[in-house]
Order: sequence, then C-alpha cells, then structure tokens
Amino acid sequence: MSDPTPQSGSPDKEPASEAQAAQNALGNTEQAESATEPTRPASSKPDPEAEPKPSLGRLFLDNLWAANTFTVTLLSLVLAIVVGAVLMIVSDPDVLHTYTYITARPADAFNASWTLVSEAYANLFKGSVFDPEAFSGWLNGSNGWQAVLAPISETLTYTAPLVFTGLAVALAFRGGLFNIGAQGQATIGVIMAALAGFLLPLPPGLHLLVAVLAGALGGALWGFIPGILKARAGAHEVINTIMLNYVATYFLTWLIVQNGVQDPTRTDAISKAVDNSAQLPRLLGDNLRVHAGILLAVVATWAVAWLLNRSTLGFELRAVGANPDAARTAGISVTRTYILIMVFSGILAGLGGSNMVLGSTASALTPLVVAQIGFDGILVALLGRVKPWGVLLAALLFGALQAGGNRMQSYSGISLELVTVLQALIVIFIAAPALVKAIFQLRAARAARLQTSLAKGW
Amino acid sequence: MSTMAVPDVAVAPVDEGFWTRSRKVGLTLLALGLLAAVLFGALATDQQARFTLSDDAAGAALEINGTIGAILFGIIAIAAGAALLAGVPKRWFLPVLAAGLVGFVLSFLCWQVSAAPAGQNFMPLVNIIRGTFILALPLIFGALAGVLCERSGVVNVAIEGQLLMGAFSGALFGSLSGSVWVGLVAAAIGGAFISLLLAVFAIRYLVDQVVMGIVLNLLAVGVTGFLYERLMQTDAEKYNSAPRFSNWEIPLLKDIPVLGPALFRGNIFLYLGLLLVLVIHIGLFRTRWGLRTRSVGEHPTAADTLGVKVLRVRYRNVLLAGVVAGIGGASYTLALYSFTKNMIGGKGFIALAALIFGRWNPTGALLAALFFGFADQLATYLGAINSSIPSQFLAMLPYLATILAVAGLVGRVRAPAADGKPYIKG
Repeated sequence: MSDPTPQSGSPDKEPASEAQAAQNALGNTEQAESATEPTRPASSKPDPEAEPKPSLGRLFLDNLWAANTFTVTLLSLVLAIVVGAVLMIVSDPDVLHTYTYITARPADAFNASWTLVSEAYANLFKGSVFDPEAFSGWLNGSNGWQAVLAPISETLTYTAPLVFTGLAVALAFRGGLFNIGAQGQATIGVIMAALAGFLLPLPPGLHLLVAVLAGALGGALWGFIPGILKARAGAHEVINTIMLNYVATYFLTWLIVQNGVQDPTRTDAISKAVDNSAQLPRLLGDNLRVHAGILLAVVATWAVAWLLNRSTLGFELRAVGANPDAARTAGISVTRTYILIMVFSGILAGLGGSNMVLGSTASALTPLVVAQIGFDGILVALLGRVKPWGVLLAALLFGALQAGGNRMQSYSGISLELVTVLQALIVIFIAAPALVKAIFQLRAARAARLQTSLAKGW
Repeated sequence: MSTMAVPDVAVAPVDEGFWTRSRKVGLTLLALGLLAAVLFGALATDQQARFTLSDDAAGAALEINGTIGAILFGIIAIAAGAALLAGVPKRWFLPVLAAGLVGFVLSFLCWQVSAAPAGQNFMPLVNIIRGTFILALPLIFGALAGVLCERSGVVNVAIEGQLLMGAFSGALFGSLSGSVWVGLVAAAIGGAFISLLLAVFAIRYLVDQVVMGIVLNLLAVGVTGFLYERLMQTDAEKYNSAPRFSNWEIPLLKDIPVLGPALFRGNIFLYLGLLLVLVIHIGLFRTRWGLRTRSVGEHPTAADTLGVKVLRVRYRNVLLAGVVAGIGGASYTLALYSFTKNMIGGKGFIALAALIFGRWNPTGALLAALFFGFADQLATYLGAINSSIPSQFLAMLPYLATILAVAGLVGRVRAPAADGKPYIKG
C-alpha cells in the first residue's frame, strides 16, 4: 500500500487527448476517427522515423494501425468475438461433425460454421441495437414504433446500473483503491431502497427520492467499513471488500424471508413489491422497459467527472492515488481521503443497486436481484479506462451485449454465458495491450502509455 | 498486509503500554465468556446435551445438563480471557486463547443442543468431524494453491476459477473416457490452464494480478457455464456422468475411535489434501525449492542477484497452484456430485480467506480451512435441529473472521513482501 514508487503510467498521467481518444474508442467508428485524427499529427511529430512531410491521410492511416487506445480497444473486441465464435463452433456437435470430413468437402464445414456464428451475432445485434424486421414492420404498419426502439430500450435498461457500479470502481481506482466490493455495496443499496420502497407510506415524488437516497445510504455504509478499516488499521481494501460482498449476500438471503419483508402470499424467497410511488418512471411508455435510471446515470457520470477534475476533493483524490506519500507531504489527509473515496464509491454502487429494484428489471427483493452488476462494474471500469465518460460508453457496450445476449439465447439457442465470456475476454485483451499489439503487429507508437500498470500488492 | 498500513497511521507497535494486543484479545474473550455464561446459560434448557462419539444418537457419549454446561463452558472462556488480561507469557497466548474459544463454542453448543426438539438433543461428533473435512476439502486445496502462488509473489484471486475449471474438465473428460484417473489428470490440466493465463498475463504482460484474477474467475464461470449448457445439459449421459472415486479404508487407522470412521474411510482427495499440506509445508520451509520460492516472494531483486531465475520460479509455482486447485475442483465432480453451473459458488473466495487467515502458511491455511468447514457444517447441523440461529449468519462467519484478522484484531497478518508486484529485471 505504502509502496513509495510512483506507479508509472497511472491513468492520471495520460494527457487530455488520450482521454478524448478513450472516450471515443467505443462509440461510433466514424465519429471516433474524426475526433482522434487531429490529435495524432501532434503526437507523432517528434517521431524521428516519420517522413519529412507526410500527407494527412497517410499520417492518419499510419496512426490507425499504431497501438493507440482506440485501435487496441477495437481489436480487443474483434479478438473476443473471434474466440466467442470458436467456442460456439466447438460446442455444436452438428457443426463439429462437418469437420470430420473437412478434407473431402471443406465447404460444408465452412458453411455450417458461418451460418451458426453469423446468425448468433446477428441476433446479438438485433437484440441490442436495431432490428431491420421490426423497422420494415413499422413501415408497413404491422407493428408500432415501440418494436423499433425495443432493442435500444433493452440496452439502456441494462446499461444504467452498470454505469453506477462502473463509476464506483473507477472513482476508487483513481484514488488508488481497488473496490471489489461494488457487488456488496449494491446489495446493501438494493435492500435499503426496497425497504424504503415498500415500508414507508410517502407521497409519490418524495417516496422515489427517499428510496433512491436510502439505496445510496446503504451503499455508503458498506463502503465506509472497508474505508475506515483501510485508513485506521491499514487493512487491505481488496480483501475486506471481497469478504463484505459475501456478508451482504447472506444478509440479503436472510432478510428476504423475515416477517414483514417476505411477500405474505408466497412461500419462496421473494419480498413484497416496491410501491408504484417509489418506482422510477418509464421513459417511453409502459411497453418499453427503459426508465429514468439511465438519465440518473448520465447525471452521475457528469457529477463524477466534475468531482474528479474540478473539485478540491477530486484533486486530493487523484493526488493520493498517484502517490500517497507525496500527497501526505503536501498536507493532504490520506486517511480522510481514503474514507471519503470508499464512501463515495459506495454511494455510487448503492445507487446502481437501487436501480435494480426501483427500475423495471425487478420490483421485489430476490436472492439474485442484484445480478452481477458489481463484478461487471469492475470490467466496465477497466474497459472505460477508469474515466467517467469512458465508463459510460463501456457500460453501454456491456448493456448492449447483455440485451443482445438475451435475444441470442432465445433465437439462436446460444447460452447467455457466452456474453460473460465475451466481456471477460474483451477486458483481458484490453488489459494486455502488448499482446494485442503482438498479435496484430501494430506499430509501437505511444505504446508506453498503454502499459496497464495498476499493479500493486496486497 | 497490515505492515503496509497507511503510513500516517503508525502500525501499532508491539508494546504500547498496558493495552497490549494480548490484553485487548483477553478483554474481548472475557466479554464473550460473560455473554456465553449469562445469555446461553439462560437460554439453554434442562435437557441433557449429548455429544455422541458416533454417527447417530447411539454409542458412547459425553453428556451434560444443558444449563450447567452452557454456564460451565462460559466460565472457562471467562477464565481464559481473565488470564490473558492479567498477562501470560507469550508462548501461552495461543493455547489460552484456543481454550477460551473452544469454551465459548461448547457453551454455545450446550445451549443449542439442549434447546433442540425433544429426541434430537444430541450432536453426532463423527458426523460433524467428517462433514467438516468434506466441506473444508476444496478450501484446503484452494488455499494451498494460494500459498504456492502468493509465496512466490503472484496474487491468486483466481482460485475460484481454477477450482471451477478443474471441476468442469474433471467431469467432462472423466465422462468421455470413463476413467477417474483420466478425469483427475484432466482436472489438474484444467486448473493449470487458468493458472497459465494468470501467469502469462501477470508475469509476461504485467497486468495487475488482482484484476487478472477477477477477470479469470468470470472467464471460467462463462466458459464452463456456456459449455455446460451446450454439452452437458443436452447430453448428460455422454458429457456429465463421470465415474467417482470410491472410499478407501485405511487399515488400522480406521479403527481409531471417532477419528477413524470420520477421517480414514474417506476418498482419495481427503488423503491427498492432507498429504499436500504436509508436503508443501516441508517443501516450503525445508527445501531449496521452498527457500527460492520464498525469496522470490519476499525480495525478487535479491534473489535474482543470487542467481535465482525469478520469473521461472514464478511461472512454475503459479502452474503448480493451478494443478493443486484443479484437483481440488475434481474433489467435487469425481467424488461427490455431477457438474452444475457455477458449482464452486464462492468457495474459492473462502479459500482465499483461509489463506489470509492462515497467514500464507500451509498449516495455518489447513487450520483456517477446517475452522471455516466447521462453521459450514455447524450451519447444516443447526438447520437440521431447527435452531433459532439463522444459518446465513453462520455462513458469514468465515468472511467476518477474515475481516477481523486483516484489521489486526486477531493478530497481525502480513503478506509476502513482493506479493502482487511484477518483477521487471533491470
């Protein structure tokens, strides 16, 4: 913890242009290209190997294949999709059978594989972004406009909680803490939000506000514990947050079946439903699931960006994250900052949790109500390069994968678990840019900056 | 870990006036003992609490009146706490503490057993001990995998993934081949595969080891879950019906009362696990390999100067860890159950807790794993006698104990100095 050596390549040291590139990395390709283009010539000017006066287009192409954040992110996606395709093929006995006579009729194996993989990924896309059939159906009047927006609505529904947990992990990361406890904080958040949602008789607007704040409070409490243990006893936050995740989960499973919490009409583990007055309003009518949580998520992203980059606390937080010893010498209270980081991180995770029960995914507590949002949040934060707007885009990608995965499961029979594999693979490749560089023979430009070295010991 | 405390909070020195650590622990124990004697004593009934030395209600038994037992054992805990408070020689600290804790647990058990429904006022010790070991087994393997990895300076959060992959490939290849031994080897290779990823990314590509561990856990959950749904659910007969190791009775040892039936009529994994603890303990502290491993984990630069190949040692240890954890995973699928999705269900993280609670020490990890296994078994037992204690709170025990340990309340724990720090030869 008190490792005196400054962590080279910590996110703080990346210049603003890099942040720009990272933010665009996951967005629309055209946009990202045009946005990153202007930053490239400046960065490669000192390069002695560059031609005396290359054309702008030439420079652009050169840099496109250089190992920058955008290219690495995109290629990581490609790699993950390829590995996912291989998994699909080897787990399908029919397709695998065509490979037994591949020398005789190679076209069979190729066609079968292509059909399987392309259909699955097409369904992934149709379930998360845009379904042409629904669009033509809307044009000739066989279905309403809702069906066209349904995939986007699903994507945004899954995105909202991931933004919160991703921000929670990213914020702690910037302060030099690794918050693996977003899961537990979200769990306590979901409990508090649900309890406020069905126990308090309050008027509509106020009820929602109180329920959301209760979720934030729950998360804050669960973040405070590892924070104070870290600050006062030096106990490592990674270990404590892992342990607190499980404590929270067991507490939830115990609480659900208690009198006054459990749904009196049910015998299984499910709580009463949250009152309508405490539910986040749906944005596009009752048929589409997207709810106000996504708006809160954007506001939260803006707030965290402001906190990190514009506020005194954000400065102290980044200073502590970059080098606690230097920060202390400069008069920053490291213990206070550690506690505050964990509390804020917990608040964000708690808000993510309240999204799960006040939004449209569920309205009552069940043992699996929080799903995996805390652990996914870690991946989202890493994919978003621990920058607030990057986290938002990363959460969007993960939300899309989740939404599309549902359709892929029901239409192509490809298990939803493939999405977990894809998500894990993307982050593995992102975390090891040197590997992606080696696979695609990328030029080494700016590679030094891509070193992921968040490394620290217990 | 705690020595790496935030430096502006001075690490508590060993001697800090009257309130030494031993006295604080003593005070806590005293309070626990009082709680036990008063509360448990009041709640216990006049029924006889029987602790039978067999699998059921029959057989020889230790018998005591519930109320008297709860109060008596509570007083033992109070006495131990008072002794620590008064100050005992350092080498007596652990035995006295252990006696006090055992007193507390027994007082609790007297209350629970005597308050059980009529006819169930007994606790079958053989059953409890056997269950403890069975439940502790994956924790033992997992924690040993952690010891191997972390002693050489690579943080292993991927224990969960290694266990899961071992369980999966053991089940898959055991079923395909119809041989337990093929399954066992496949399980070891499966665990080593996750380890290989951890090693390559952590050592070669310098990815943060905790991050890598978390991601690998997710990857293992995803890959095994995906293949489970695609293969095992569609054709369980072919892909998920691995043969199982039968129980081996060890001659002579199996006739020892209580311990014999509990321990020496188990399966190969039980013996292998206990043997591995011994082997790794001796290996780590008595052999050249162990010295090198520890030096690489504590001070890689110094080890390198002396000619130890730091990265090679790390690669080897991480892979070995995967083999051990993979076999641990197989202790599920090749002995007890058929594979199900995410069947390890957090045991890998309890193993991590056992590793930390056991202070990165094979024997310590064994004891911690047994303690956690006991808590787990106790939860099952209390559920069976309709206890008023919710099983979820007992299930929390390992995690809470680890938090207390890490916070320095139950002794200081310290990770190997270079744990988690990539080594770049310079």
